[in-house]
Amino acid sequence: MIEMPLLSVESLNKTFGRQVACRDVSFELWPGEVLGIVGESGSGKSTLLNAIAGRLSVDSGKVLYRTATGQITDLISASDAQRRHLMRTEWGFVQQHARDGLRMGFSAGANIGERLMAIGQKHYGNLRDTALDWMQAVEISPERIDDLPRTFSGGMQQRLQIARNLVTHPRIVLMDEPTGGLDVSVQARLLDLLRRLVQEHNVAVIVVTHDLGVARLLAHRLMVMRRGEVVEAGLTDQLLDDPQHAYTQLLVSSVLSV
Amino acid sequence: MSSLQQSYQTTATLDGYNFGFLDEQTKRMLRRAILKAVAIPGYQVPFGSREMPLPYGWGTGGMQVTAAVIGGNDILKVIDQGADDTTNAVSIRRFFVRMTGVATTEKTREATLIQTRHRVPETPLSEGQILVYQVPIPEPLRWLEPRETETRKMHALSEYGVMHVKLYEDIAQHGHISTAYDYPVLVNGRYLMRCSPIPKFDTPKLHMNGALQLFGAGREKRIYAVPPYTDVKPLDFEDHPFEIERWPEDCALCGAGDSFLDEVILDDRGGRMFVCSDTDYCGERRAAGHVGKMSAPYKEEAAE
Repeated sequence: MIEMPLLSVESLNKTFGRQVACRDVSFELWPGEVLGIVGESGSGKSTLLNAIAGRLSVDSGKVLYRTATGQITDLISASDAQRRHLMRTEWGFVQQHARDGLRMGFSAGANIGERLMAIGQKHYGNLRDTALDWMQAVEISPERIDDLPRTFSGGMQQRLQIARNLVTHPRIVLMDEPTGGLDVSVQARLLDLLRRLVQEHNVAVIVVTHDLGVARLLAHRLMVMRRGEVVEAGLTDQLLDDPQHAYTQLLVSSVLSV
Repeated sequence: MSSLQQSYQTTATLDGYNFGFLDEQTKRMLRRAILKAVAIPGYQVPFGSREMPLPYGWGTGGMQVTAAVIGGNDILKVIDQGADDTTNAVSIRRFFVRMTGVATTEKTREATLIQTRHRVPETPLSEGQILVYQVPIPEPLRWLEPRETETRKMHALSEYGVMHVKLYEDIAQHGHISTAYDYPVLVNGRYLMRCSPIPKFDTPKLHMNGALQLFGAGREKRIYAVPPYTDVKPLDFEDHPFEIERWPEDCALCGAGDSFLDEVILDDRGGRMFVCSDTDYCGERRAAGHVGKMSAPYKEEAAE
């Protein structure tokens, strides 16, 4: 059987007035693949991610997603109900700032259980067991299940956000700078964890980052964006070791080596 | 309507005011909203809330609904926290007497129209009666999702999972569902509804009730309804089912063990008594000869 891409984005365009955020962006994402999107600030990375997730309206283009039942759905023209259902079940979105992705007024356990309750799980004991399992999976002490996320450190909040998204076993997770604002050792741990979880759950990931180190560790494939356009795309190692486009060369050469 | 209107004029109401205080066009607008609310049980219908001669939060929503449905032949009962003789109940009852000249009663059984704050009468309601609730905040998702546009979308798509997050949090923090009033219910299997701040003791009374139940929120400008014999289901967990409050004692005056009791502190040495919050129910029971452990033998109130 020939495998099909999980997601294909076809000539996506998005402008804010005269400001071009995404111009004619097309790519495909395959099951279990990690795609990195890199580029400087303001290059349209986050806009692209939000557009794919349906959080922004786009000017033109298609986002074709193959659902778990095998149907191809254009998320741009899909109904609100359908898109929101997919976002709750088969998709995940990890925000740069954990406080945007978490319910800060509710305990860690409630945060993990929310997506399960949204799809109709109504057994408190089971929800709690699942939450405990996931706390362990993301290396948060299970004792803290009833604590509020605001008492957590930045790294823990980010791990909680990941657990909260993965709990419904999504097929695609979008991550917007998941390691932003964390110190280097915490970053390293989070990256390790992400690599393990992505592999264990065979989830496809689109990760937006400006950190080439993160991209190299995490992504199988990279897309380089500049001023809303994809200037270069390819396998991560190939692209970073032998950049072709002048901008990519600049990007790679400006990484500090310690 | 117009033939009825004639009979209104014969009663002693305040000069210069229309029957029921509101003008006919406003009542028409309210009735349209009420009809829509009845047609879609649990759905919040927006309406143009009017200025009433008392502040928002004192029952303006309930009063506007009452004014829209009241007729010259109605018998009105107004309760506040179950009692007929508290300030809010007395004021609103007097207001409608002056504005419509309708007969009033304290007996739940006799009333055709009951406006209530915070309680559903203990005496079961029957077909043909209308119960009007005063609602401060109609939106059940208010403290979970601050954006009104988003909560409307959540209602439209029946995305009510987040309500369970709140109940989960209750159990996680307190060991049981600690939401004690304004308990979230699912109406007719479709809309999530706040049943105004009635104690959760009263929540089961909404289910399959023969009376028409109307909810008016004046400040928030919403009307919603539970038509007679509608399914009303409180949200809960499979392993933490919905439960109502219980008290350690029966009513000290009438001995009722099946009513909602208020705890009254008697002195500063821990003395206390529990009494029915529904004054009509308690009085009726005492008149029928029931006694509690602190009651004096029942006497007709001859002083009147």
